Amino acid sequence: MPTPAPSIPPRRRPRVLIWLALLLPAAVVGPATAQVAQPGDLRYPPLPRFDIPQPQRVALDNGLVVMLLEDHELPLISVTALLRAGSRLDPPEEVGLGAITGGVMRAGGTERLSGDALDDYLESHAAELEVGVHADSGRASLHVLKQDFPDLLQLFADVLRRPAFDPAKLELARRQAIAAVARQNDDPDQILDREFRKIVYGPESPYARTPTFATLQKIRREDLIAWHRAHLHPDRMVLGLAGDFDSAAALEAVKRAFGDWPRGPAGEPPPSALRRQPSPGVYYAEKDDMSQSKVEMGHLGVEIRDPDYFALQVLNEVLSGSFASRLIKHVRTEKGLAYDVGGGVGGAWDHPGIASLEMSTKTETTGAGIAALLAEARDLTAHPPTDQEVELAKQSILASFVFRADSRSKILGQQLTFELFGYPLNWLSRYRTGVESTTTAAVRDAAARHLHPQDFAILVVGPQKGQDRPLSDFGKVTRIDIAQENTGAPGAPKR
Amino acid sequence: MRVLANGWTFILVRRPEAPVFSFMTIADVGSAQEVTGITGLAHMFEHMAFKGTAHIGTRDPGGEKKAMDEMEAAYQAYQRERLAPRPDEKKVASLFAEFKHKQEQAERFVVRGEFDEILSRAGAAGVNASTGADETQYFYSLPANKIELFAYLESERFFQPVFREFYEERDVVQEERRLRVEGEPLGRLVEQFVSTAFDAHPYHHPAIGYMSDLQSITRTDAEAFFRTHYVPANLVTAIVGDIDPKSLIPLLETYFGRIPARPPAPPLRTVEPPQAAEKSVALEEPSQPQLLEAYHRPAITHPDQAVYDAIDDILSGGRTSRLYRSLVRDQKLAIEVSSFSGFPGDKYPNLWAVLVVPAVGAGTDKVQAALRREIELLKVEEVSDQELAKFRARARASLIRSLGDNQGLAGQLAEYQRLFGDWRELFRYVDRLERVSKADIRRVANATFINSNRTVATIVTRQTAQPAAGSAGRER
Repeated sequence: MPTPAPSIPPRRRPRVLIWLALLLPAAVVGPATAQVAQPGDLRYPPLPRFDIPQPQRVALDNGLVVMLLEDHELPLISVTALLRAGSRLDPPEEVGLGAITGGVMRAGGTERLSGDALDDYLESHAAELEVGVHADSGRASLHVLKQDFPDLLQLFADVLRRPAFDPAKLELARRQAIAAVARQNDDPDQILDREFRKIVYGPESPYARTPTFATLQKIRREDLIAWHRAHLHPDRMVLGLAGDFDSAAALEAVKRAFGDWPRGPAGEPPPSALRRQPSPGVYYAEKDDMSQSKVEMGHLGVEIRDPDYFALQVLNEVLSGSFASRLIKHVRTEKGLAYDVGGGVGGAWDHPGIASLEMSTKTETTGAGIAALLAEARDLTAHPPTDQEVELAKQSILASFVFRADSRSKILGQQLTFELFGYPLNWLSRYRTGVESTTTAAVRDAAARHLHPQDFAILVVGPQKGQDRPLSDFGKVTRIDIAQENTGAPGAPKR
Repeated sequence: MRVLANGWTFILVRRPEAPVFSFMTIADVGSAQEVTGITGLAHMFEHMAFKGTAHIGTRDPGGEKKAMDEMEAAYQAYQRERLAPRPDEKKVASLFAEFKHKQEQAERFVVRGEFDEILSRAGAAGVNASTGADETQYFYSLPANKIELFAYLESERFFQPVFREFYEERDVVQEERRLRVEGEPLGRLVEQFVSTAFDAHPYHHPAIGYMSDLQSITRTDAEAFFRTHYVPANLVTAIVGDIDPKSLIPLLETYFGRIPARPPAPPLRTVEPPQAAEKSVALEEPSQPQLLEAYHRPAITHPDQAVYDAIDDILSGGRTSRLYRSLVRDQKLAIEVSSFSGFPGDKYPNLWAVLVVPAVGAGTDKVQAALRREIELLKVEEVSDQELAKFRARARASLIRSLGDNQGLAGQLAEYQRLFGDWRELFRYVDRLERVSKADIRRVANATFINSNRTVATIVTRQTAQPAAGSAGRER
């Protein structure tokens, strides 16, 4: 390769690229002479002391918690609002209301600026503003170039506080949601996820319900306005800013945009997960246009505040943390049964997550795959995690711990989540200590307490023809008719 | 930047935001370097690069080599009989049994997952690799004090790799094909679409490979592929993070410099001829309709690259784009429009493609007509000042946003070095996009958007009822 001229920075480059000019000019170097060490002989210098930067936390008079973390590397600012409002609060006859409200808050514009004008303004300033509502929380985010921050923060506040709920944008959102329901059986992963949640949480659970044509048709503009009035309040959200700003000035801008927003009424507590008794057995959703079976097996998991959570993190690493882990080593590498295989005991912030093992395997090895996953789950009792496995898992989690805090926006995002769900703000260091002090016995106990193969619900999605064993070998089979939810809608295809 | 004597190029960027670093190694080889019979091999090799080396992943390198050679001879004998014009089934079965026996013997030497275990212990994050039509990428992040481990593992991996567990991994890759291509309507559509759009150029075949090839490629094939394409001059590595470039260079020389220089890989010869007539393919599927349309366009190194990016952004970038406003917002024909430039690769002349997801009840014909009207407009009318300004602002901002992340920046720098032979092209692009004019857009639109340059691929919903409908509730 020819030697290029010494590094000349391109004209009109952004100022942030200065450090690139410090690169050494290219050169061709001679052959190596020093010694190559083997990994066992390598000695690592201690990692330099790294203090995780802490955001500044300010609670405004109206209850809005604001977190600020300066980051002057690039001329960018990000704003995130986490909302204590999730689709789990949707009324049963209007499932989809929260998600549609979030979408139309953004797409429908504000009292001052129509949705189309908002789109034009944002995109001409290369800014991004999105609102999304998930099961347990909502999230609004703004990404701007530094120079546009003051104006766009005001606009961001308007979207949250004074959305116009333009009827045309509601219809657009409804059209998109209806099309998504019509397409919900096109992607096997989506079927697996949706149906497994229904089995584990119960079909009526706020964590399992999905919109249907009927619930989407019922949603009216007044419902969006009422949803917004019920859930959008400064004392029901946390606001985070990361980027190239001066904290004092940014806080003033936040006060101007949000300070006069009055507190709201006390909110509803999150619904329980509607935990039923475990539903062991085999559940089968037939889908012919695949050459694989998708398999997921398990039951409810834990809340993250469970005292066993750290031991479970170690257990999950033993199960499927790396290519050296049990599931991947045995099911993928040794048996060649799957490309994607994994699992563990999952946690959620304020309700139980899902504990499950899953894989995709060709139709002809469906039974072999199920048997292999079940064997791994049962083997946790017969061959509980060894000291060596636990030691490797802990080392892997702890040595990579620095990556949980290697960027300021990541740090801020975690702190916002801790704040929203009422976790201590030093939860990250508790996590490290928790993993450090986990013993082999604790991992074994946690596995015994939280994984019960005899209670597993086993869901299979895929073709029936060509399966190697009858599914009834693994328990009583209940068929799931995935096409059922698609019937009865205007324009919906009959299958 | 440093080019070692053996030709391996390194780009080093100090970014001491946190005590970590990320790297990206790009091998200038992808599925476009495959020929009939070995499709999927570039990707298969990527999987083998995690299986260890002569020192990692084995209990006894010498014993293992002997056992693996015997296993490979047994596989070749089995394969010759299996693929014979009139195979003797009995012989096939006994040769297969012999191969399985040799395979078991070879496996006794394997320390499973050792390469990955070393990385896990060291605290590696995001350990992965990917294979495309043009290139193969290897990447992960490590705490800053593990830089020498990186140098050891990443040089060792391409210095003396051992393709152990090849045939088990081939099964895994077959599952990957079933997962990504066969199991999803869009996966099936894209495979048909690409093979329809290209006649001669190897972009024609899928990067994952055809199933019959995945069932017959051998370790011998993989070794030949490695020797030809994984020569140091074909490799670029960018390292970004809390590193000291000055002290790192001697380390790179020690570890990566021990790999001998080898002759460069042969260039790709075949050029896709100009398309003579419009092509189309329609899949009848038990799923909802999709519409994919594409036009041939030049390679990414072409001077009009920024013009193509402008056309792409004006047509389908964001909620203000022409296709979103026209098809989704106003005519209510679609729920989503997205486009991709540089498909399936970008090193050679490729495709600009647009995917339209029709609204419930919207006919593909109407969607297609609306799409064509918007595309035609670019040929006859100039775009507005606002559209051009918005494209420039968004392209500049997206470049800035890509710099704030070690892994993302390492990827970009390695990518531009591979494509242009100079990572600085990434920043020169800012100048290029300023120079895009309205006349450029019209000129390029007129040259590109012509009927005979188009390929159309659709999913049409199959109307027959599912055979399973009557069996609901039945146990088996």
